[in-house]
Amino acid sequence: MHFGVSNIIFLVVFITAIVLFAKRIMTITRNIKLGKGVDRSDNASERLSTMLRVAVGQSKMVVRPVSGILHILVYVGFIIINIELLEIVIDGALGTHRVLSVLGPLYDLLIASFEILAVGVIIACVVFLIRRNIIKLKRFWSKEMTSWPRSDANIILITEIALMCAFLSMDTADFVLQSRGAEHYHEAGAYPVASLLAPLFNGLSDSALVFVERFGWWFHIIGILCFLVYVTYSKHFHIMLAFPNVYFSNLKSKGQFNNMESVKKEVELMFDPNADPYAAPPPAEEGAVPEKFGARDVTDLNWKQLMDSYTCTECGRCTSNCPANITGKKLSPRKIVMDTRDRLEEVGKNIDTNGGEFKDDGKSLLHDYITPEELWACTTCNACTEACPVNIDPLSIIVDLRRNLVMEESSAPSELVAMFTNVENNSAPWQFSPTDRFNWAQED
Amino acid sequence: MSEPLKIKTMADCMAAGETPEILFWVGCAGSFDDRAKKITKAIVRILNHVDMSFAVLGTEEGCTGDPAKRAGNEFLFQMQAFQNIQVLNGYEVKKIVTGCPHCFNTLKNEYPDLGGNYEVIHHTQLIQQLIDTGKLKVEGGAFKGKKITYHDACYLGRANDEYEAPRSVIEKLDVELAEMKRSRANGLCCGAGGAQMFKEAEEGDKEVNIERAEEALELSPNVVATACPFCNTMMTDGVKLKEQEENVKVYDVAELIANANDL
Ligand code: SF4
Ligand code: SF4
Repeated sequence: MHFGVSNIIFLVVFITAIVLFAKRIMTITRNIKLGKGVDRSDNASERLSTMLRVAVGQSKMVVRPVSGILHILVYVGFIIINIELLEIVIDGALGTHRVLSVLGPLYDLLIASFEILAVGVIIACVVFLIRRNIIKLKRFWSKEMTSWPRSDANIILITEIALMCAFLSMDTADFVLQSRGAEHYHEAGAYPVASLLAPLFNGLSDSALVFVERFGWWFHIIGILCFLVYVTYSKHFHIMLAFPNVYFSNLKSKGQFNNMESVKKEVELMFDPNADPYAAPPPAEEGAVPEKFGARDVTDLNWKQLMDSYTCTECGRCTSNCPANITGKKLSPRKIVMDTRDRLEEVGKNIDTNGGEFKDDGKSLLHDYITPEELWACTTCNACTEACPVNIDPLSIIVDLRRNLVMEESSAPSELVAMFTNVENNSAPWQFSPTDRFNWAQED
Repeated sequence: MSEPLKIKTMADCMAAGETPEILFWVGCAGSFDDRAKKITKAIVRILNHVDMSFAVLGTEEGCTGDPAKRAGNEFLFQMQAFQNIQVLNGYEVKKIVTGCPHCFNTLKNEYPDLGGNYEVIHHTQLIQQLIDTGKLKVEGGAFKGKKITYHDACYLGRANDEYEAPRSVIEKLDVELAEMKRSRANGLCCGAGGAQMFKEAEEGDKEVNIERAEEALELSPNVVATACPFCNTMMTDGVKLKEQEENVKVYDVAELIANANDL
């Protein structure tokens, strides 16, 4: 073991990253908890199997085979290569070299698979970059894909390629050093890719190789630590949230919109023959805020809808299947979800800068981020929820915002107001008399 | 075709001390819309043909509240639901078949929370059951060998995971069932759901029903089959706008079966 300055630097960097990451996780958790309650603690076994199928097994990704399979490659690569991270952390903290090599043949197998996966990840990321930037697939260039979401995606892909290259050059330098029997570089691991790349490095001196090996090592670990913090600010946060988000997803029929208990109480009162119509409403509890109908801002949504917003991968599968969006309407379910997240981040920052209390900023999710025009274009067809690979439900947000428009602001397109009047007066959405409802049986 | 329809109301049955096996929930479109009324009658013909004991609510039926709920008017929805549930529970209704996926979804999924618990099926599911149990025999008739494509209704398909019943019924007609590119879970909406039926679409570059009709017409089918009165209207309009109404007919699955059996 060579414990020295570099190990101390490593530990400082490592601990800083972990602290930053933990703080950010706490902020996001706090923000999600700003949402209203909704019970998703039921059916643990069905939830678990849904999570295994959709999140772990990525069943909805392969609906689009090209991106689906490449994504699985990156995903598996990412998870497996992170086993290597464990070794890197131990080596870094203790000054050992390839400490896991005690595993013997299993270690050879691990290193070999890391290398092959690393190549796979590089290929997949290059294809992804081409699809986004050269082929310019439509779903990555729609309106809500402004410069930041586009850069975010590219930054991640380029970082992954760089990390994999660092990893492979580290291995290659190590492999050459091992074969030369250099001090500290005892033989460990099997290197199917590094051995092919070795000729590139053969001309280098031992010290140059040590430099390359160390550089690759540091680049890899610092890169991953930066990535860890960066991810929490990025659409890439889905690598963590996808699992709980799918676990807590809606298990009921997609057509079932939630029942509003607050409305039920009032309607029941109206239908109760024993209720005194002139009775004063029960006195409001001290300090109780009267309940709003539907959602005007993110804090009126439930925590699951807020978790959805942080989980969104911005892949645009929802939007590219949305009938309204396909036919040129302003509605984009992806935008609904991204707006929810952006507004939630804004509300969270507001709370942080105002000593833990939200200070009214005169803005709200409805109107300032999402316009009625977008909301009224939705056919509630559920294509978006069906397409989402991480079981996000943009439709529930749309409906909650519509509820606020209708029940709080009394604003709806005039034809819908007419439809409401007809339902109320004629018990049909059109202006027919209810007494004519059975006439069809007599007509020819 | 000429045999008169036999339709009883729940009130008739109650007066006669009968308990019908199933309630046929006709729905607003099925009651008032001229095109949809034909679908309603096709369903009744099938029920009459198999001698099923059923009844309707007649003038006691009211909108389920689906369009109000989708449009965000939960008050109106629940008022409709409470009224309907009072009537249904008053007649001690146990089982309902609907002629519309929207009524189907609302009665099945949203009424239980408000005290309305029934076994609810869609008419395509009932037809499938009748065929499977041998009560209804189907042969291709006029449709034999024709090319039919089925347009999934969102509230039957994605909303309630029923993709097979309408398809298996159509296949019994000895036809070529052709699938559109976007079908089943991936099916494209006709554009009517979520109360869109009752308003102009927002500004865009196309109507949803044209996009969908174009997709159906790419297959050059003889028939576009639907399972929802609103889809039927949308697809009929779409086909008309593409000036294909001479070559391509839009029929509900119930109409296909009734026609094939000369009912
Ligand atoms: S439910 Fe609404 S937002 Fe989602 S795909 Fe359908 S029309 Fe688009
Ligand atoms: S909501 Fe789902 S489908 Fe839509 S962009 Fe986000 S992750 Fe993709």
